[in-house]
Amino acid sequence: MSTSAHNVPAQFPIPVEPSAPVRADNRGKFGPVSVGRAVRPVSPEIPKVGLSNISLSYRAQSGERLLALDNINLQVRAGEFVCIVGPSGCGKSTLLHLIAGLHSQTSGQILVDGNPIQGPGTDRILIFQEHGLFPWLTVGQNVEFGMKMKGVPKAEREEKIRYYLRLVHLAKFEKSYIHQLSGGMRQRVAIARALATEPDVLLMDEPFAALDAQTRDLLHDELERIWSETGRTIIFVTHNVREAIRLGDRVVLLTFRPGRVKNEFPVELPRPRHLEDPNVARAAREILDELREEINRSLEAEYSAGVKPHIEPGVEA
Amino acid sequence: MKRAARYIIFYAALFGLWTLLAELKIWPPYLFPTPWGVGEALYAGFADHSYWIAIRVSMERVLIGYAISVVLGMILGLGVASNKFLEETMGGLLVSLQSLPSICWWPLALLWFGLNQNAILFVVIMGSLLSVTLAMEDGRKQMPKIFGQAGRNLGAKGFKLFWYVLLPASLPFIVSGLKQGWAFAWRSLITAEMLYLSLGLGQVLMMGRDLNDMSAVIAVMILIIAIGYIVDGVVFKGMERHLQNRWGLTPAT
Repeated sequence: MSTSAHNVPAQFPIPVEPSAPVRADNRGKFGPVSVGRAVRPVSPEIPKVGLSNISLSYRAQSGERLLALDNINLQVRAGEFVCIVGPSGCGKSTLLHLIAGLHSQTSGQILVDGNPIQGPGTDRILIFQEHGLFPWLTVGQNVEFGMKMKGVPKAEREEKIRYYLRLVHLAKFEKSYIHQLSGGMRQRVAIARALATEPDVLLMDEPFAALDAQTRDLLHDELERIWSETGRTIIFVTHNVREAIRLGDRVVLLTFRPGRVKNEFPVELPRPRHLEDPNVARAAREILDELREEINRSLEAEYSAGVKPHIEPGVEA
Repeated sequence: MKRAARYIIFYAALFGLWTLLAELKIWPPYLFPTPWGVGEALYAGFADHSYWIAIRVSMERVLIGYAISVVLGMILGLGVASNKFLEETMGGLLVSLQSLPSICWWPLALLWFGLNQNAILFVVIMGSLLSVTLAMEDGRKQMPKIFGQAGRNLGAKGFKLFWYVLLPASLPFIVSGLKQGWAFAWRSLITAEMLYLSLGLGQVLMMGRDLNDMSAVIAVMILIIAIGYIVDGVVFKGMERHLQNRWGLTPAT
C-alpha cells in the first residue's frame, strides 16, 4: 500500500489505490467495518427497515384509481442485502421512492429502527438508475453535496471526499465533471455520493441496468466489497434475477400490478458469488419460474388482444 | 481566420459605401454625416465626459432594473411552474402581457411614481420581468425531475434546495430567457430615457436631435448598439460557454 495516503486519519481504513485492479484477493485487506459512523442495530429484534401494510394507489388519467402497491410487508435486518425483483410495472422502483420518503404511501407504515419516517432523510439514500449526479458540480463536489447540506465542517468534508472517492477507485477524478466520466464511473460516483452522507440504508434502483456487462460485473464486485466493508443495509431493486442472487442475502419477488410480495427466497450461497456460477443459475431458475408467471401476466395486460409473444425472461438474467 | 477575413471585408465594404454616399453629398451633411464626422462626435462626447456620464447612469439603471426583474422573475416563474393553480391562471396572463410593449407602462409609471428614476426602473422591470419569468417557468419544467429528487434525497430542502439544486439545474434552460430579458431591459431603458430627459444615453440621443447634430445621433446609436452587443457577447456568451463545458453540452450552432 502506498504512503500517499498519509493525510487520511487513522480511523479510516485505507482503501486500495485507484489504479489497483479489483480482485477477489483484495477483499481481506480492509479490516473491520469502521467507515464513518458505526452501523449498529438498535436492537436485534427491531428491523432496520420495516414496511407494514404498504399500499399505494393513484388516479390514472382516465380518472379511475389504480392500485400500484398492495399491502406490502417486508422486514429488512440491519446490514442485510435485500434484492427486490419483479416484472416492469410491479412498482418496485416506486417502493424504493416511498422508503426514500420522496413520495407518500396511501396507507401503511414505513419504519426505520422502529420509528416512522418523515419525508426524505439522509439515513436512507437512494441511488437512481440514471445516477442523478449534478452536472454543474465536479465529482468531488457531488460527493460533498449531502455533507454540505448536513452542515458537516469543511475539513471533515474534504477528508471524506478523498476517502469515499478512493473507496470507489475514483480519487484521480475529483476535479472532473460528470460528463467526462463513463457510465460505470458515474454510478461509482453516485455510490460514493450516497455513502458520503453515511446513511444506514442504501436504496438502489436498478443502478447497473444501463451498463455494459463487464462494467456491471466489476461494479457487483465493488458493491459487495463496499457493503462488506461498511456494513450498510442495502435494498437493491432489479429486474435481473441473476444479479439479485449474485448480490442479495435474500430475494423478494413482487407480483405484477398491483405489486404484492409473491415470495421470498433466502440466498445461502457462499460469497463472493459469480454471475456465471452454475449455483447462481440454479437458484435463479427457481425464481425465474415464478417471475415468468408475472411477466406473462404483464404481457397479457399489454397485448390484451390475445397475441402473446414468447419472451424468455431469462434473457435479461 | 477565414471568418475574420469575411468580417473585415464586410465592414470595409459597409464603411466604404457609407463614405461614398456621404462624399457624393446627395443629402446635406447635417442629415447624412461622414464616418469621420461621427468619429469626431464620439471623440468629443467622451472627451467632455458627457458620454461617460450617460453610460454610467444608463448602466446603473439597467443593472438595478434587470437585477430586480431577475429575482422577481425567478420567484414568479418557479411559483407558476410548481403550482397547478398559478400555472392555469397566471401562466396565461403572463403570456398575454408579453404582447404589450414595455413602454406602454410609461404613462402608468408616470402617474404612479412621478417623472423620476423609479418610473424608468418600473418600465425596465416590466420590460424584462416577463421574459425572465417565462424562461424560469419553462426551465423549471424542462429540468429533469431527478435533480430535485436527488437533492431532496441528499437532505436539501427549502431555500437550500432552490439555491443549490433547482437554480443551477435549470440554468442551461433559462440562460436564453435571461439573455432575452437583458435585451428587453436595455431597449426599454433607452426608450424610457428618450421620453424622460434626465441624463442617460437615451437623453443624449434626443439631445443630438434637438441640436440637429446627426453625427452625435449616430454616435450615440453606435454606443447603444455596442453596449448591448458587448453584454450579450461577453456576459451571456461566456455564461453559455461555461454551462456547456460543465454540462458537456455541444454548443448550439
